[in-house]
Amino acid sequence: MNKRLIMLLPLAVFVVLALFLGKGLFLNPREVPSPFIGRPAPQFALAEVGNPARSFSPKEMLGKVWMLNVWAPWCVSCRQEHGVLMQLKDQGVVIVGLNWKDKDREAAELMARMGTPYVINLEDLDGRVGIDYGVTGTPETFLIDKQGIIRYKQTGPINAEVWTEKLEPRMKEMAK
Amino acid sequence: MKWVMMFMALAMSVSAFAGEAQPVGEDPKIEARLNVLAEDLRCLVCQNETLAGSHAELAEDLRREIRDQMKQGKDDKQVVEYLVARYGDFVLYKPPFKPLTVVLWLGPLVFLLIGALTWWTILKRRRAQPDAMENIKTRPEAARILNGDAE
Repeated sequence: MNKRLIMLLPLAVFVVLALFLGKGLFLNPREVPSPFIGRPAPQFALAEVGNPARSFSPKEMLGKVWMLNVWAPWCVSCRQEHGVLMQLKDQGVVIVGLNWKDKDREAAELMARMGTPYVINLEDLDGRVGIDYGVTGTPETFLIDKQGIIRYKQTGPINAEVWTEKLEPRMKEMAK
Repeated sequence: MKWVMMFMALAMSVSAFAGEAQPVGEDPKIEARLNVLAEDLRCLVCQNETLAGSHAELAEDLRREIRDQMKQGKDDKQVVEYLVARYGDFVLYKPPFKPLTVVLWLGPLVFLLIGALTWWTILKRRRAQPDAMENIKTRPEAARILNGDAE
């Protein structure tokens, strides 16, 4: 009896390994855990797109729950996200845009045509602020609380499902 | 003429091995450090490429960032700390040894130990069994057959 159990041990080990590896197949390799969760949002000073005189710093947002949405005019999935962000803006969600590496300077024209979901859209032309936030691609969205702490990072576009399941509950919790 | 041809052939072979073109006017010392360091760093966009080998735009930006920091006099460790603070341990091809990665580092050792233990117990058990041949040789008729006295 005992011996038979030991004979089954390799099979058991194999099954456990296969389950772990199988789970790994369905994980998104793009979703790298961000080291910023629970840490203060990096400070920066950037000008508004089309308005170099206006400088913005995350300090201005202390006391507010807000979203930093990293996007770019050349990014296709950002277009998909755009409609959702417009709806969120109508619901009163505060979204700051980070226009990442917009070398062709298309953002202003695009916003004029499609509308802007942002309270302010910032120009990160050389992508340095993006790097400071550990951005690997667009779109990425950070949820930042009243104390200026990053509480969540969404990699990839926000759709209705992502909003209701991941972002909205956290935003509500942070607003308390 | 022959010498000129040979020289040209040599010059061409050098350029063929030069690999990635470096921006003109960069400090060769820093470029060398950058290339060594970037071999151990992961490109975050094409995740199976190193930062040194990737042509992704982000990789270029990160190389520029590393180059700038080296020019400011930061050592390799500080540069790596800078990247890990932003992109996490994932950026390192050789993850650090810490509580979260204990299984990753020691897992293979544990499996090796299990294997060695299994091997050892099997060998020990086999040795404990009496030798089948010896057993047979002590029996008179078997001994006779083995000695070729069988009719």
